Amino acid sequence: MIPLAHFLIVGACLFSIGLYAVLARRNAILVLVGIELMINAAILNLVAFGRYDKTLYGGQVFALFAIVLAAAAVAVALAIILNVYKFYRSVNPEDIQNLKD
Amino acid sequence: MNIAALVFYGFATVAVGSALLLVSMRNIARSLFLFFIVLFSVAGLYVFALADFVAITQILVYVGGVLVLMLFAFMLSNKELLKDLQRGASHFFALPAWQSVIIAASFLAILVHTSLQLGANEPTWISASREAGTTLTPTDHTIQHIGVQLMTRYLLPFEIISVLLMMALIGAAHLTRKEAAS
Repeated sequence: MIPLAHFLIVGACLFSIGLYAVLARRNAILVLVGIELMINAAILNLVAFGRYDKTLYGGQVFALFAIVLAAAAVAVALAIILNVYKFYRSVNPEDIQNLKD
Repeated sequence: MNIAALVFYGFATVAVGSALLLVSMRNIARSLFLFFIVLFSVAGLYVFALADFVAITQILVYVGGVLVLMLFAFMLSNKELLKDLQRGASHFFALPAWQSVIIAASFLAILVHTSLQLGANEPTWISASREAGTTLTPTDHTIQHIGVQLMTRYLLPFEIISVLLMMALIGAAHLTRKEAAS
């Protein structure tokens, strides 16, 4: 059986890589990919801890909820990105400076 | 080292390695296909945490839905797609922004430090569950139990999630609709 700490370390690596993508990339779609990586790291931790919960299955059930929430967030975020692209002709977050019109 | 551990560390290496390549690549199309590999190997890791239903859901929802959506958005929002694909290997890696590298590396250090201390002082509920023998074993039928729990104990969060999913879908459709001619 794989020790719990190894799951957590893999999750920590994925989380840091996602954080780097969010901070450093100049493309809104890749920023979104970074957020998804961070969510995946969190889900990995949920299922790793859920292994010790045979009666309630809290970790696995909430991992499913987190996957659904991430999918909903991606749908809305991509709609916003496409609208921003229609207006500014760019998906670089640094080009987007006005809140209204 | 048995074969299961070998496969686990293989999946972990593939996941972390392709994630690193993903963030350092200049070409977005290649990054998105690397994201595909990362999602598949993370689904493999879920199987090793004895969460096979979560792994299948990950493949269905992420690889089947989210990734296709991202590819669509990328192709609809990139004027220089063909130029990017044809540019070749001269600018294969983007230069890292060193401030972001510092922040991400310090996060990684803190998280790994905390994870390594978990062995020494384990949470009490984990040791209690290990003593009571209520940890999952590979022969358990998890999917049936998850279904029962989802319809009894976790019914309220389940309903809230479904309402929220419908709100998000309506919102996305509203955001992308064509403006009425004025």
